[in-house]
Amino acid sequence: MYKCDSKKDIYLPLPATVGKVQPMTKYESFFSCQLDSGEELGHMPGQFVEVSIPGIGEAPISVSSSPTRKGSFEMVIRKVGNVSKALHGLAAGDKLFIRGPFGTSFPVDEAMKGKDIIFVCGGIGIVPVRSAIQYVLDNRDDYGRVIILFGAKTPHDRLFIEELDKWREEKNVTFLETVDHRDENWSGPEGVITTLLPLVKVDKDNTVAVVCGPPIMYKFVIIVLLEAGLREDQIYLSLERNMKCGVGKCGHCQISNIYVCQDGPVFRFSDITDIEEAL
Amino acid sequence: MTVKKLKKAAFDKWVAACIGNQRVFGVQAKEDRFVFAPLANAGDLRLDYDVTILPPKKYFLPPRETLLKFDRKEGFESVFDSQPFVLFGVHPYDMVAISQTDKLFAMDQYDTHYFDRRQKATIVACDVQNASKEVFAGCMGTATVDDGFDILITKIDSEYLVDIRTEKGQALADTIKDAEDADEMSLKLRKLVWADNTKLLQKHKLNVRPDVLPRLLDRSYEHPVWEEKAQRCFSCGSCNLVCPTCYCFDVRDDVEWSLQKGQRYRVWDGCLLSEFAAVAGGHNFRRNRADRYRHRYYRKGKYIPEKIGEVACVGCGRCITACTANIANPVEVYNKLVDEGK
Repeated sequence: MYKCDSKKDIYLPLPATVGKVQPMTKYESFFSCQLDSGEELGHMPGQFVEVSIPGIGEAPISVSSSPTRKGSFEMVIRKVGNVSKALHGLAAGDKLFIRGPFGTSFPVDEAMKGKDIIFVCGGIGIVPVRSAIQYVLDNRDDYGRVIILFGAKTPHDRLFIEELDKWREEKNVTFLETVDHRDENWSGPEGVITTLLPLVKVDKDNTVAVVCGPPIMYKFVIIVLLEAGLREDQIYLSLERNMKCGVGKCGHCQISNIYVCQDGPVFRFSDITDIEEAL
Repeated sequence: MTVKKLKKAAFDKWVAACIGNQRVFGVQAKEDRFVFAPLANAGDLRLDYDVTILPPKKYFLPPRETLLKFDRKEGFESVFDSQPFVLFGVHPYDMVAISQTDKLFAMDQYDTHYFDRRQKATIVACDVQNASKEVFAGCMGTATVDDGFDILITKIDSEYLVDIRTEKGQALADTIKDAEDADEMSLKLRKLVWADNTKLLQKHKLNVRPDVLPRLLDRSYEHPVWEEKAQRCFSCGSCNLVCPTCYCFDVRDDVEWSLQKGQRYRVWDGCLLSEFAAVAGGHNFRRNRADRYRHRYYRKGKYIPEKIGEVACVGCGRCITACTANIANPVEVYNKLVDEGK
């Protein structure tokens, strides 16, 4: 029978400590954490971790910082379930527990190298993509043009406000953003994220698109990208499912024949066009 | 290794000796049906059973299994607390299911909790003596089994052939007394039992070879049968519960009264249950009954075969019996896909 030398328990979380917590919106808070072992998390942009609070449970959370920024890792947690609500009760110095990193990552060292990159982020989709954006900016010479498109529901839902401004001012970056519904303090564009795409020139043969947002956004954004001349294999996206165990066993995140926790969450669009339940 | 032949009295004595030496679970009657349960007396063992209510997966993947214990201050610690045991009377189709689950829990990420139990088991399989009402293992190639077990028992007339295949099996067979080596004739008769069982365990007839199912499903995604059957589905998950190849689970935490210590445990889950593919925040990726119903068929007939090369339905027929709405017969669904594809 399947003997294995490793006695490693794939369900055992490791202790970590919260370094900083900062509310970002009504529902989202920013967390900076460190593994108690002193080791780096060892993730790549786009991967996720399972975050535990003993007695409450475990939830899959994207890592939002780039591995190029050492010493800690960052997450943005939306208050939606039991675990995320409990996480919102934590303060600097508190313990949480981590398994992972799990899953696939954006191909920052492979397909994206040397290419123009267009990041398309809707709402909380900015959270995993920020890891890739930081990675690209930290290795800026390895890539061509960098275009970041960001759309939020309302001005109050914008995440990483200061960082968005930094990207906007960055010489080497084209940054555009919009909100679905403006308010009196918003002077920027109003409209869904697809309205930003015609505003940028895309070198269709030399561009890789990284897309992340709510399920409904993918269909529309992908259509526009394809219309702009990108091929399906130039588009990468990150899918959300209930990644309960993170190790390809529990069945919850399965989409057709793929396990999002192992085969994803980052997929090349051309690899999932035949997968009925994907989008 | 060796095949022994035992008369009924010697066989019963051996079972009694096994019970005296270790924890034994075996098939017993429960009212007019059968279950795997702790075996106290050799006389309670019913190797003439047709099918058990639940498959033996419960011994490797318990309905509720503690994975970790925690102390809110100190963190988590793995729990491995299973004891060696003997499982008496596993039918071939259930043995095939166990071997499939072994592959899936070893694949990619090795599940030490599953294998901690699995490696402590000595499995005594037995050939089917009485076909259940809904069995179709004969169509699935699982009416007989070649490996995975430690010992295989076949009843020939009033005698038992005990086929010892592994060292664990040999250790268990050490207490056998008054046995002779099986003669040529007995071994020939056993082959006849196997041939007969393949024919007898076909209460429903599948009109294709099982290895064709992945291709059949490839062209059936939009077939009306999913909606048609699912219209009557209660989303109760009974088919998942009784299925020997279903192994999906949920993970939960339990806190003791102190609010300091507790356990993280896994419980059986089922892809037919309405919340199975829901994420925090409420979005449900498989909200429609028909999508869930279809997913189960694709998982058994296509997705798992793509991973391990075997169809993940072993033809035990338990889902047919368990389904309150009478929509779970896999043979009926597959035959419909075959007929209408012609």
